[in-house]
Amino acid sequence: MATSKKRLEHEPSEIEVLLPWHAAGTLNARDARRVDEALARDPELAKQYAVIQEEYAETIHLNESLGAPSARAMQKLFAAIDGEPARRPSRSPAMSISARIAGFFASLSPRTLAWSASLGALALLLQAGVIGAVLMRDRPASFQTASLSTNEPITRSLGPAAPPRALVRFAPDARVADITALLDNYHASIVDGAKGGLFRLQFGNKAMSKDEIAGLMSKLQNEKIVSLAVATP
Amino acid sequence: MQVLYGRHHVRVFRFGLRVVRDEQVAEDLISEVFLDVWRQAGKFEGRSAVSTWLLAITRFKALSALRRRKDVELDDEAANAIEDSSDDPEVAVQKKDTGDALRKCLTALSPEHREIVDLVYYHEKSVEEVAEIVGIPENTVKTRLFYARKKLAELLKAAGVERGWP
Repeated sequence: MATSKKRLEHEPSEIEVLLPWHAAGTLNARDARRVDEALARDPELAKQYAVIQEEYAETIHLNESLGAPSARAMQKLFAAIDGEPARRPSRSPAMSISARIAGFFASLSPRTLAWSASLGALALLLQAGVIGAVLMRDRPASFQTASLSTNEPITRSLGPAAPPRALVRFAPDARVADITALLDNYHASIVDGAKGGLFRLQFGNKAMSKDEIAGLMSKLQNEKIVSLAVATP
Repeated sequence: MQVLYGRHHVRVFRFGLRVVRDEQVAEDLISEVFLDVWRQAGKFEGRSAVSTWLLAITRFKALSALRRRKDVELDDEAANAIEDSSDDPEVAVQKKDTGDALRKCLTALSPEHREIVDLVYYHEKSVEEVAEIVGIPENTVKTRLFYARKKLAELLKAAGVERGWP
């Protein structure tokens, strides 16, 4: 068998050109086996492989020494993303932010190893919101009694009481991450979105008293990223 | 998006930085890359790994950024001449540090060679993935890396470092 040195003077062999990928562990099983066998019988090739392993280690060292980008890059990105719907009017109006988020993750999730719990939670919240919206649309109508005059509320429903909802406008500088965190903190889901910049949110899955809703709206209104919060039926 | 960004932004930044050699430009690049990903998420067909897709977009944007900068509109030879003088592998050898010299010489490679070395060794891309990112045939990927390594050996030899290959 010709030595690797001889080959170098001409063209590299098929096995020789695969050595870097063998060092990086990115060859398929068949090629890895072929390279292993060649390394075992060709000392010159093995010598070259040792050199490659050194190059491999130093390339990683060099790249790792480059550091990481500052937070500015991330801020710039999410500011740009938050500004996207307004700057791209050609996009379908039916394509709300929530739909885009859902669509985006739906397209990528099969190919990623694991999405974080927070994103999973967001997807679940969005899904819950849609289901909630469908259920609420079909619920029986409420009725009022005219004969009682007690301190009890006079409005009752034949079905289970609905959880509170609100129309919310987020501050222009609110980032997607902040909105996600807020939804999480309030156990809220987006049931309708981005009509005139307003999102319809639903909070939890239990009904609240008027006082509780007022307290919730007040708390929400005090959030830095919320510019408007109004309770709605 | 946060998870995608969190997982890949450092590697995207480093890959871009090795091409454009300017931290500010590289930071701007990653914003552009992930914004493109956000806009084109629907076009991602899942035939390749997300990281491969990201690196291909990064490469395209980095080269566009380079073209925009008149001061770096140089051919490889001219670029190498500048790199060789600024990086000076001999200085590293004087420190009797082969690893340091190797890193200096890796920096002194041409952009084409640097790119392929990084993709294979640091980003751990297969032959097929490198071909997809760079847009060249698989056989060219293999031979280009081989000749990048030969060039690296020549640079090291010129700096007084003999490694027994070639």
